[in-house]
Amino acid sequence: MSDIALNPPRKPFAARYPAMLVFIGILALFTLVVSVLAEGFGIGVISTSFVKTLGKTLCLCMVALAMDLVWGYCGILSLGHMAFFGIGGYAIGMWLMYARTEIIVTSSLANAPLPPTPAEISDGIASQIFGVVGASEFPPIWAFAHSFPLQLAAVVLVPGLLALVFGWLAFRSRVTGVYLSILTQAMTLALALFLFQNDSGLRGNNGLSGLQNLPGLDHIPQSTISIVFFWASALALGLAFIICSWVISGKFGSVIRAIRDDEARVRFLGYSVEAYKLFIFTFTAIIAAIAGALYYPQAGIINPAEIAPIASIYLAVWVAIGGRGKLYGAVIGAAFVSLLSTWFTGGQAPDINLGLFTIQWVDWWTILLGISFVAVTIFAPRGIGGLFDLISERRSPNRHGAALGPDAGALREQEADQ
Amino acid sequence: MLTLCRLMVACMALCLHALTATAQTTDTPIQLLLQEHAEVLKKSSRKTIGPAIDALANSGLEDAQLVLERWQTKELWVNKDSGLFVFAEKKDSKTLALFDVAGGVAIGEAPKKAFKQLKPNSGIRGLIGAALVQFQLNSPDAETRATALTAIERDAEVSHLLALRGAIDSETDATLKTRKQRLERLLTIRFGQDDAERIAAIQSFAGDLGVDVRAALNPLVATTTDAAKTAPEGAMPVDLPPADAYALLVAEDLAPALVSHDTIRETLVANIDGTQIAGVQLASLNTDAARLAAYNTLADQGAAQPAVTEADIAATLKQFQFFQTYTNAPIAVAIAAQDALDAIETSVALNQTADLALDAISLASIYFLAAIGLAITFGVMGVINMAHGEFIMMGAYTGYVVQLIVPDYTLSIIVAIPAAFIVTFAAGVAMERLVIRWLYHRPLETLLATFGVSIALQQLAKNIFGTQARPLTAPGWLDGSWIINDVVSISYIRIAIFVLALLFLGLFLFVMNRTRLGLEVRAVTQNPRMASSMGINPDRINMLTFGFGSGIAGIAGVAIGLYAKVTSEMGTDYIVQSFMTVVVGGVGNIWGTLLGATMVGSLQKGIEWLNPSNSLAAQTYMILFIIFFIQFRPRGIIALKGRAAEA
Repeated sequence: MSDIALNPPRKPFAARYPAMLVFIGILALFTLVVSVLAEGFGIGVISTSFVKTLGKTLCLCMVALAMDLVWGYCGILSLGHMAFFGIGGYAIGMWLMYARTEIIVTSSLANAPLPPTPAEISDGIASQIFGVVGASEFPPIWAFAHSFPLQLAAVVLVPGLLALVFGWLAFRSRVTGVYLSILTQAMTLALALFLFQNDSGLRGNNGLSGLQNLPGLDHIPQSTISIVFFWASALALGLAFIICSWVISGKFGSVIRAIRDDEARVRFLGYSVEAYKLFIFTFTAIIAAIAGALYYPQAGIINPAEIAPIASIYLAVWVAIGGRGKLYGAVIGAAFVSLLSTWFTGGQAPDINLGLFTIQWVDWWTILLGISFVAVTIFAPRGIGGLFDLISERRSPNRHGAALGPDAGALREQEADQ
Repeated sequence: MLTLCRLMVACMALCLHALTATAQTTDTPIQLLLQEHAEVLKKSSRKTIGPAIDALANSGLEDAQLVLERWQTKELWVNKDSGLFVFAEKKDSKTLALFDVAGGVAIGEAPKKAFKQLKPNSGIRGLIGAALVQFQLNSPDAETRATALTAIERDAEVSHLLALRGAIDSETDATLKTRKQRLERLLTIRFGQDDAERIAAIQSFAGDLGVDVRAALNPLVATTTDAAKTAPEGAMPVDLPPADAYALLVAEDLAPALVSHDTIRETLVANIDGTQIAGVQLASLNTDAARLAAYNTLADQGAAQPAVTEADIAATLKQFQFFQTYTNAPIAVAIAAQDALDAIETSVALNQTADLALDAISLASIYFLAAIGLAITFGVMGVINMAHGEFIMMGAYTGYVVQLIVPDYTLSIIVAIPAAFIVTFAAGVAMERLVIRWLYHRPLETLLATFGVSIALQQLAKNIFGTQARPLTAPGWLDGSWIINDVVSISYIRIAIFVLALLFLGLFLFVMNRTRLGLEVRAVTQNPRMASSMGINPDRINMLTFGFGSGIAGIAGVAIGLYAKVTSEMGTDYIVQSFMTVVVGGVGNIWGTLLGATMVGSLQKGIEWLNPSNSLAAQTYMILFIIFFIQFRPRGIIALKGRAAEA
């Protein structure tokens, strides 16, 4: 064997992960089609609300991507990523709400005989925002709400720091597997319960509302804003996909997959397992938060129920149904399940009449989802993305029946070649 | 003709009058007493009536009580001619039925116009009522005496004190006597004449937990804060924050009021002169400093009251001394009351700790009940069952359905407990056969699959039973609380849950350590292959164990449903806490689960006590604490050692 065979020249990463190019192509095409069909700049076949639904779905795909990276590739079943998603939404929502209320308050105070002082404006905004929870002063966590750049920084920093601290505590004490899942779920529950209080400073269970009205952009129709947000979501998803595929296709990716498959061995090989896990956990938390910051201006309202543990469980459901350990699988799963869910729960699905009993999908959809989730877990652990494997397996060499699923999987032959 | 008729009626009235006059005895002691105070009684004035009521009340006459009662209900009349007092009831619009004031004997009827009704106003009726209390306190009927005491406890007056003192010695019932004595001391605290007896009464209550004692003492220690150039003798000086001190001076008109932002704005608005105020451009008045400057200019021109500056405040405050005085009691009494309250406070704090401990134990038993099933499936089998909460919910709904069929609450609970066990046992076995069996050794996927089951079961319950909460009513004998004293009490349901938790601990220990099933379960847990080579069927054991754990969850559901509402989402309220309990306690050890439940329960109660307004915050902090706890004992309080730990 020559040196070349042991250390072949590294291919550009796009070539190492061809699925990325395909995905970006499809995403671009989809964005183009939606833009043409939407009301904002196109022919108006798709309603504004559906454009928003599609934009939100892209954000959900992005958080699913993060979930896939942390769970499908690194083996950490985090039940807290929707909490990071929500924190991102809260961070951007605080600025949106502050800035919009500031405009309203300033314009109403402009009619007063004296020009308003900063304190008067601030009091006016505070009583507008916190009237519902019976407070009229800004809690300390709103200190930076007036500044768009600072709140944008908070979108990244707050979830990032939370994930860093939580992950450091959890990984250094070697909490793994189901224990870690339960611990992340507890973190999510604690956060949701905290936000549910009226004196949390974030309006308790009222949450933040009116986020779809961008401050200072009232003259621009929602149809335009929705398509712009759709583009932004598509761009963010595309970038996140590129970065994630870059992370997983190099040596770093091999290490995190190795951690997933056998943590102890990787540790004995001299890798700092905790550092790798901490990086992935924090990195994906930030992706989730950015997705949340794009999602909630389109949704218009955020409240603590969005952060409740069940949301993170659904996130795991999407990724599992889409197929773990494949970035496009997570995206497919999130898009498929969340759009299907919108279709079923929106009352558009036809009821099934069984004679004595009529299945109304609004009531029975969740049951169907639960059962299909169980079925996917047991019978098709590779999810929808597994269908693509069927095609590629036809062309790839025989592995003598060795399963390459997320748990039993070892180093892939293609990876060994690289 | 008409005249004749009138004459006839007049004659008859006269005859009747003569009749009543002869029938009524005029020289009974009570009638004489009434005659003695006739003027005052007829005048019926709140100010002068006192002596008459006292005379009646203290006369020692048997009839006095009756007279007072009838007087109070406006049934005491006086004959306009003879001035004699009678009881009368209106028969119709013109006729009265008369009764003697002595003994209330009927003495015939008379036309109404010959009599005048005494109409005591509400003030006088109050005085009469107070006088009557004495009679009620001495009434031969124990129930009347108890009612009178309750009335005094609710709304005491000065006059009650004497009446009560007079009624203690004659009391025969021991319980009532104690109550009377206690009430007498309480009233002495409030109404006692001289300080010494009040202080003595106060000191007699040292350490007493009664709410009534604190209610009597608290007003005595009320203080008012005051300011003067020189403090009077004996006043307690206080240090006030400058803002409060100045506000006090303003309230007492000792200093000019601060000029608020609002006043400044209003004054400025009132003095707008075109586009400027006092020579300052309007547009530049967008800061508080600029506004104050403009205001000061106005003040200099005499158009406004000058603003008070910080220096003014400091100078004014220096001139005054601030002190507190007791408002409602002489200082000696107030100090005694304060001491007594301090002593009571300590005692209350101790008892509150005991109460808190009871609360914590009962919460711990609820968590233990919720977690014990999980301790079996997770701890013994290593299977994560996220649908555990839904088994709890299923058990509670089973109880609800049983109550629909069996209306008797006691019987229905007795039926519901085994029914819930059977239903959830079956559900558990079905789930093990259909789902979990395929996923052994893939714990994360078990977690996910059971999530799916959990979501589906929750929605199924919602579809069947609706979203509103369903009641699971406890039998009557579980209503109410065991009250130890005014501070410490615990409801019977919580005691029952505690007992149930103990029973389950016993059951678990018995099954695991003393039965064949337990032996086989332990064998399969430790080494399934070895166990199966010894003739144990691991499949069957896993199925039964899982069913057993689920069945216990069902029974826990009945217990939890008794004190909380049954909803389709009740499982989610317990699942995280249950897992916390098992994880904190240490997996695979029932004593660990017990410790974990105790810790989680006491923690939650303890945090709630620190921040009583907010149980959400308590849960938040508890979870944070547990996350930190896991840092130090990642394998729980009682960690398995050796090979079993890695299994």
